Amino acid sequence: MLTKEETHNEFFTMGHTGCSGCAQSMSVKLIMEILGKNTIATNATGCLEVFSTRWPESAWKIPWIHSLFENSAAVASGVEAALKAMGKKDGITVLAQGGDGGTADIGLQSLSGMFERNHDVLYVCYDNGAYMNTGYQRSGLTPFDAYTTTSPSGKESFGNNRPKKYMPEIAMAHRIPYTAVASAGYPMDLQKKVKKAKSIKGAKYLQVDVPCVPGWKYEPKYSVKLAQLAVQTGLYPLFEAEYEKIISVKKISKKVPVEEYLKLQGRFKHLFKGDAGRAEIEKIQKIADENIERFGLI
Amino acid sequence: MKQVLEGSMAIADGVRMAEPHVISAYPITPQTHIVEHLSQMVADGDLKAEFIMVESEHSAASVVLGASACGVRTYTATASQGLLYMEEVIYNIAGMRLPVVMTLANRAISAPINIWNDMQDAMAIRDTGAIMLVAENNQEAYDMHIQAFKIAENQDVMLPVIVNVDGFVLTHTFEVVETIDSIDKVKEYLPPINMEYKLDVENPYSFGTLGEPSVYMESRYNLYNAMNFSRNIIIEAAKEFKDMFGRFYGGLTDSYKLDDSQTVIVAMGSVLGTIKDAVDELRESGKKIGVLKIRSFRPFPEDEIVAALKNAKNVIVIEKAICPGKGGILSVEIRDSLFKHKINSVSVNGYTLGLGGRDITPKNIHDLVARAEKEENVDGEFVGLSQQYL
Repeated sequence: MLTKEETHNEFFTMGHTGCSGCAQSMSVKLIMEILGKNTIATNATGCLEVFSTRWPESAWKIPWIHSLFENSAAVASGVEAALKAMGKKDGITVLAQGGDGGTADIGLQSLSGMFERNHDVLYVCYDNGAYMNTGYQRSGLTPFDAYTTTSPSGKESFGNNRPKKYMPEIAMAHRIPYTAVASAGYPMDLQKKVKKAKSIKGAKYLQVDVPCVPGWKYEPKYSVKLAQLAVQTGLYPLFEAEYEKIISVKKISKKVPVEEYLKLQGRFKHLFKGDAGRAEIEKIQKIADENIERFGLI
Repeated sequence: MKQVLEGSMAIADGVRMAEPHVISAYPITPQTHIVEHLSQMVADGDLKAEFIMVESEHSAASVVLGASACGVRTYTATASQGLLYMEEVIYNIAGMRLPVVMTLANRAISAPINIWNDMQDAMAIRDTGAIMLVAENNQEAYDMHIQAFKIAENQDVMLPVIVNVDGFVLTHTFEVVETIDSIDKVKEYLPPINMEYKLDVENPYSFGTLGEPSVYMESRYNLYNAMNFSRNIIIEAAKEFKDMFGRFYGGLTDSYKLDDSQTVIVAMGSVLGTIKDAVDELRESGKKIGVLKIRSFRPFPEDEIVAALKNAKNVIVIEKAICPGKGGILSVEIRDSLFKHKINSVSVNGYTLGLGGRDITPKNIHDLVARAEKEENVDGEFVGLSQQYL
């Protein structure tokens, strides 16, 4: 899949302070292998910004800028405009990055603006399903029934009481040329999508499922396995869309019950206590089944 | 060429002469005409720039931040609520030392919602690290914008510059403005932007990195120093402008009939015109009175203020913004400047008027002069309130 040169070009390098087993840093590395030297990156406030650029050190061998939490897409719009003004846009990829909170919550407005103006920017949302950098608080992309520090489980609660916001479909509603969902569990698929996004002019949205060791509370060795299970259960459908149309989905080879995915994670531990918990797991199974049906995953 | 121009048009034309590469804005009264004019210039091919019409002021400031980090010349404009919405970005632009130039069409802050002029918006961002200049009339606004780019882009400054113009009073008023005919002459005054650090794939840098306790203070100190140093550059830019284009409005401050003055009125912005007229009348009746104009609010012109006021008896400060829980803002800073220089013979009286677009009349000025002779160190007292609404 990759040429020798691509695998040897590391533009997101070792030495950063991400957690062991961090699926986000792994995904960034995979993405940068494809995007290469001629990339300018923006970064929302969040884990990636904190663990990759502790001054005077930086893990980035490309020009990189972090401004604030909610403006990664707007800063990227400005970078693109400046490149255009200088006549330098051709051959340079503008990469905007944010976590799920920086993308789908506080950054949604600036992202929508960037989409609607159709800037030639690839926006990547690293989705770990909560505000991990501040210590696991609920976001709009936190999955149903997940424990976070602001959607805790308790006598009166099974954790987050709302399903995950369908962010990729919000992107598609902007009729941007390319939207894709990928996973840290499927690196080849992720890189294929990045390659495609790189070749398309206009606004692109890529959402990557990135398991988080301290936030999801699991053993670091399960990062890839969990990302794969999210796909195989139907909880995290991987697909590609051009404008409003879905053009491909990653089929599930053998449907896995959601319990297999949930039981490895501390954030769902409370669901494995008694009948009420079992009923909640049934609800999560229903979400997965609906995804399988809606996206035609099987 | 002398033309009758709306203030917003004069500002837009001044910006056009500086040839910014990227402009981004969001509509808000009374700033809107400025960016309407600029977008028309781009549409007509009179200005080669990327004009990005964004979905909010927060993004307007963020777009110029991103563009500026790439090493191109950038411009935005806003007012009031829009400014408050972009405030965290302004802090960020200043912290990253990006030379963005911006117009602030000064307007009151809600609530109650009010689209008319005062300076509460400007006062809300005085500590952001942005240089804040204040124009008195449309001619100065035109000239000040060209100077603003020169100041911002100075290698030893590298800070955003905000040009304050009174909403409506300047932005929507037609005055005779002498525009510069030769863009080459402007280029001679304002050479192409040349940033040492920028986002460049051939020479990659990381911007906006995490500053831990071991380095954060040093970074803030560098900004603090650059702001202090910019005093020299603001003065230089004004002098060079005078040499090249013949117009001069002072450096950080300007004075009017100050020499033998016992009473001095200190103010910023368009109200200075009214004040100067009133002072002329008062002079005719034998009063020793003059005017100190603050042209640069940040950096604060402490030395100039002390030199201008040290021999006065009464100082009247026109406050067009309030500091609830304290009093005036400008008068407090002036009193502090005098105190630091151990001058305690001057009574500094701050009077609040003109909030939310209420007219400041020559009669107001006459009344204040009479009051100040009897009062001492008034702390931002409101003038001309209607009892029926209290």
